[in-house]
Amino acid sequence: MPDLVFKGKAIKLGDNISTDDIIPGRFAHLRSNLPELAKHVLEDAVPGFTSKVRDMSLRAEGKAILVAGKNLGLGSSREHAPVVIKMSGVGAILAKSAARIFFRNAINQGLPVLLCDTDNIGDGDELEINLSGGKIADLTSGITLSCSKMPPIMSAILEEGGLIPYIQKHRDFKI
Amino acid sequence: MSVGKTLAEKILSLKSHGEAEAGDVVIADVDLTFVQDTTGSLTIRQFKEGGFEALAKPQQTIIFLDHAAPSPARQLSNDHILLRRFAEETGCGIYEVGDGICHQLVAENFANPGEVIVGADSHTVTAGALGAFATGMGSSDVAVALALGKTWFRVPESFLIDLNGVFPRGVYAKDLILYLIGQIGADGATYKALEFGGDALAQITMPQRLTIANMAVEAGAKVGLFPGDKIAQDFLTEHGRGDNYQPLYPDAEANYEQVISVNLGELEPMLSLPHAVDNVRPVAQLKGVKIQQAFIGTCTNGRLEDLAIAAEILKGRKTHPGTRLLIAPSSRQVLIRAIEKGYVQSLIKAEAIILPPGCSACLGLHQGVLGDGEVCLSTANRNFKGRMGNPEAMIYLASPATAAASAIKGEITDPREISTKY
Repeated sequence: MPDLVFKGKAIKLGDNISTDDIIPGRFAHLRSNLPELAKHVLEDAVPGFTSKVRDMSLRAEGKAILVAGKNLGLGSSREHAPVVIKMSGVGAILAKSAARIFFRNAINQGLPVLLCDTDNIGDGDELEINLSGGKIADLTSGITLSCSKMPPIMSAILEEGGLIPYIQKHRDFKI
Repeated sequence: MSVGKTLAEKILSLKSHGEAEAGDVVIADVDLTFVQDTTGSLTIRQFKEGGFEALAKPQQTIIFLDHAAPSPARQLSNDHILLRRFAEETGCGIYEVGDGICHQLVAENFANPGEVIVGADSHTVTAGALGAFATGMGSSDVAVALALGKTWFRVPESFLIDLNGVFPRGVYAKDLILYLIGQIGADGATYKALEFGGDALAQITMPQRLTIANMAVEAGAKVGLFPGDKIAQDFLTEHGRGDNYQPLYPDAEANYEQVISVNLGELEPMLSLPHAVDNVRPVAQLKGVKIQQAFIGTCTNGRLEDLAIAAEILKGRKTHPGTRLLIAPSSRQVLIRAIEKGYVQSLIKAEAIILPPGCSACLGLHQGVLGDGEVCLSTANRNFKGRMGNPEAMIYLASPATAAASAIKGEITDPREISTKY
């Protein structure tokens, strides 16, 4: 189960970051070697991304929080995209909007995706995320943001840490 | 409660054994579940991690080896071994390297009106052409669907795409769907169903419908649905499963969140510019842009009818010396028919390169990776940066006719300038 309240630092992304940006098809041969695949996450779109996230955790600045614009994760159904984002050390994703399959995949991996207006969050801002309340405090700018609610079944899956742990526990969907 | 149901509400009511209305969350029976070779290995690992051993419906579960076909790397070859072994262990179906693209094979062999289909591939929406609620999901969702034979859905609101008129010469289903995505935007239909209707439907063929439904996801949609009408029935009969036909139409009083009307007669050849599918303009405005590669194929436009158009345009001509033309039929059946009809001979004589049936150059892992600064005109469905294996390359998307005409001239060309017939 993910922490319900935690602090982290924003890494800003633009609009329309596709699954080909997150994990390009040319690395398909690494899809059964996730640690190796994770070294290439966002390689073309955000040069130096993995070392940036690693440095944050080394300096104990809290978890990296991806802060995207609209339509995050458009494209392919490859669940490897949220898997490697999570593996790289990202603790949560904020976005104005997210593509349907990516959104569901991230929740299924126990990686919180919160939908809110991200325009006023700056790169490097210190954020405090309150998952259960759906609130984000930008401690750098002093603003507070509310997130849109997800269907109860998704909250339940996220609370269990993802779909597989959810199914291991319940053996079926509960709505 | 609305008085009538959309196609999406009808199918999800049927499959959840209740009254499904837009906005509801339902658990629906799944009629067909499939994976392909770049999502399959993670799906199997999730399935096993979930503690599952047996498939809920082995006869309705298929593995397709189409993305790396044939495999260019030992790791992918090993993923193929893993998938073949899983098929042996569980008794599910498997389509081998060379059989064709999953979405084409699902259309040829499986999809029926009123069914629910989930695939670990975003272009699973293609089967919406046959009136199936078909949608792409990630590996965890598909792993659970394999184990339980069901999944959960939020019932989508629907946009009615009301089609009227007839396609002018040189204008095709691809131009229509590119135009629509340009209008709706890459996220304009996120979480929604696109439902196609209108007077024009009676003359929009199944291959054209498959092209249109295939790209619904490029507007963010969950499904792209056509009714189960006479054209669907004829297609099923031709493919030996006429008995599976059931009529499927939306209710006249169905609620639509939006209605978008298009007069096909007013369309012209369109293309998507790098690096976004919704960056759409008329071909006429981009004439003269040099291309080093043209690619005709994929789950969007690799069907017999697409190869027929390309062959007709290229017959007796040659591709430009500065342009490679790659052609990948979407299935073995398509390739056999294209050989029988003489299309392949015309294409090879025009110096096109025929690739094996499969996803081929579309996703950048083999067969036609672009060089730095190169421009490709492709009939695929995505032109994201890096899509064809190189973030330094540019991809334009267009119809097979535009791709064939442009391959002859070595630059973006309006097909109406090359062919009087097409």
